[in-house]
Amino acid sequence: MASRTGKIAALVAAFGMGLPIIASLGFLVPHANIAQVTAADMAALRFTLLQAALSAAVSCLLAIPLARALFRTRFWGRRAVIRLISAPFILPSLAAVMGLLAVFGRGGVVNDALLAAGGTPISIFGLGGVVLAHVFLNLPLATRMLLDGWAAIPTERFRLAQGLSFDRKAMFLHLEWPMLRALLPSAFAVIFLVCLTSFSVALILGGGPKATTVELGIYQSLRFEFDLTRAANLALMQTTLCLFAVLVMGAVWRPSGFGAGLDRALRLRGQWLDGFVIGLAALFFALPLAGIAARGLAGVNDLPNGFWMAAARSIFIAVTAAFLATWAALMLALAQSRGAGIWAELAAMLPLGTSSLALGVGAFLALRPLIAPQSAVITLAIFFNAAMALPFVYRLLLPACREVQGSYARLMSSLGMPYWAMLRVVFLPRLAPMIGFGLGLSAAMAMGDFGVIALFGHSDQPTLPILAARVMGAYQMQAAASVTLWLILIAFALFWLFDHFGGRDAKA
Amino acid sequence: MLRLDRTVITLGGFSLRADFAITAGARVAVMGPSGAGKSSLLLAIAGFIAPSEGRIFCAAQEVTALDPAQRPVSMLFQDQNLFPHLTLLDNVVLGLTAGRPARRAQLEQAEAALAKVGLAGFGGRKPAQVSGGQMGRAALARVLLQARPILLLDEPFAALDQDLRHQMLDLVVQVATQTNATVLMVTHDDRDAARFASHVISIDQGIAHPPRST
Repeated sequence: MASRTGKIAALVAAFGMGLPIIASLGFLVPHANIAQVTAADMAALRFTLLQAALSAAVSCLLAIPLARALFRTRFWGRRAVIRLISAPFILPSLAAVMGLLAVFGRGGVVNDALLAAGGTPISIFGLGGVVLAHVFLNLPLATRMLLDGWAAIPTERFRLAQGLSFDRKAMFLHLEWPMLRALLPSAFAVIFLVCLTSFSVALILGGGPKATTVELGIYQSLRFEFDLTRAANLALMQTTLCLFAVLVMGAVWRPSGFGAGLDRALRLRGQWLDGFVIGLAALFFALPLAGIAARGLAGVNDLPNGFWMAAARSIFIAVTAAFLATWAALMLALAQSRGAGIWAELAAMLPLGTSSLALGVGAFLALRPLIAPQSAVITLAIFFNAAMALPFVYRLLLPACREVQGSYARLMSSLGMPYWAMLRVVFLPRLAPMIGFGLGLSAAMAMGDFGVIALFGHSDQPTLPILAARVMGAYQMQAAASVTLWLILIAFALFWLFDHFGGRDAKA
Repeated sequence: MLRLDRTVITLGGFSLRADFAITAGARVAVMGPSGAGKSSLLLAIAGFIAPSEGRIFCAAQEVTALDPAQRPVSMLFQDQNLFPHLTLLDNVVLGLTAGRPARRAQLEQAEAALAKVGLAGFGGRKPAQVSGGQMGRAALARVLLQARPILLLDEPFAALDQDLRHQMLDLVVQVATQTNATVLMVTHDDRDAARFASHVISIDQGIAHPPRST
């Protein structure tokens, strides 16, 4: 009985999230025309692939020493540093770009220093800037994934290894390397995908024939050129690209299996090098954040008209989307870990096979004959934001679900727990840190999203990122900075609330 | 009474035959070399492995097709008998609630069960905060509340030293007597068997021999 209730819950999640996506993509096909793909479109394709691969590789390489250092080193303020380096992934990317511009842009501290030393200034625009911004935004994700991987190795294993007098090399080989081998391809693939579809970084730091991504092309073709054929072409190109990347990801993905531990605290010895790595990373992440704060605080009360409504709109979309995404992810991950078969996995991964702007074009084409697409834009934004977060939250929850299932399936079924009791008594508390993190992550991602509202939203119904971009476009830099600062504060507050309460539950 | 009627358990290339009955209230040691299929026999009786042939009866009821929770069987595994995030009291009360919200009377019963296994006052602790022997006691307190006619023990005390293990076996006998349960326990140790068992099932060469009294 338990398995049937669970299967029904997962099927509802799968169809609820999956059908609108498939319908949106279906409406792209009749509008596309492969004969009209231009050289510029192909250049966008090449640039998209190049920047995504570079961004993912650099992020993963840097994450290994950073996560290891953070795992081994216990010091006063460690939690604060983990929060700091977790910040950029949930930082609205618009705000991240503003922060990086403050540090690496013209008139930023780095170029000022270079000029003062008699060097030549560097440019943050183009490939280098796009990769820099993507590393800044995604290194935290890679680090957090690996850090959770390290933390998921049962304490007893480390004690066992210490007891057996394993040296560092043996410890790495038997405990850490299996975890890294399981997680690194996954981290690379996830970041590659995030960067394939990233929009605001390319919007501000990219552009032009040499540095336009497919996602940016979709936006330009629908919003400015109103060229529906080009929009549909690029949307399908983006979808094909994502699907291909997801298939590659499926091929490299290795599930990690660790036994259950007893949640005992652990003491490991760190190295002085760990401190250096942590300090460097903290600087890399703190400087741009300080840059935004400096620019934003000056005008923090200089808010444009409609700010509070835009903020309320953004919060409503973000929180609703977060709960929708996390609920669906939990149902699907649970079903998958209890042997539901491939369909639960496919349903959860489906949104990765496309991008939020590609879906937006599809939804626009689908709705246009029926209603004014603008009038449905808030609902669409909630749904697409939930859909975009679903695969990430699912991936966060799945290993933990499997671990719980692997350790306690027999005990649960020998006690005869009904599905909802299993959820309440075992899975929710065991998964609480991951659920909290997932809720926070998806809420913060949705806070900073331009997505479908930028594509065809009403100009009198902006969200915070759109309001920020609009006042920036009107050269009201003071107002833009203050809106961005508020955007950051709200995104962080949402993330912190969810993550904090999840984490606290687990330790209680 | 527990009866295995020409039961065959097949796992991979390995198969185990069992055809015997155990009288109600018997305390049976299941013995045999490593890998002989002692655990598989218990898992089949508990309903975690479906036998490829034959039928299993508990009292007059055929249970061959029933889910583990529907069988009149409680089982302690080699490990993971307690949820680490729940207190001992919350773990024990699961034997009555199966995870539904606990009523006050049920919590009181769980407290009483903890007291019976020598853990009065330990209800608020988490498994990681108590010793291995105390974890075993808490698991037995839950078995006490479940009060099922058949109790299966798959070496849950193997990690304890002999003195502690013998204390646990005495407690098992006490619990089984109180709940009137038939007990099957996997063990390697002749002295454990001698201390605890009224009968021995020996498993060898793919056959679980009928119980003989000790």
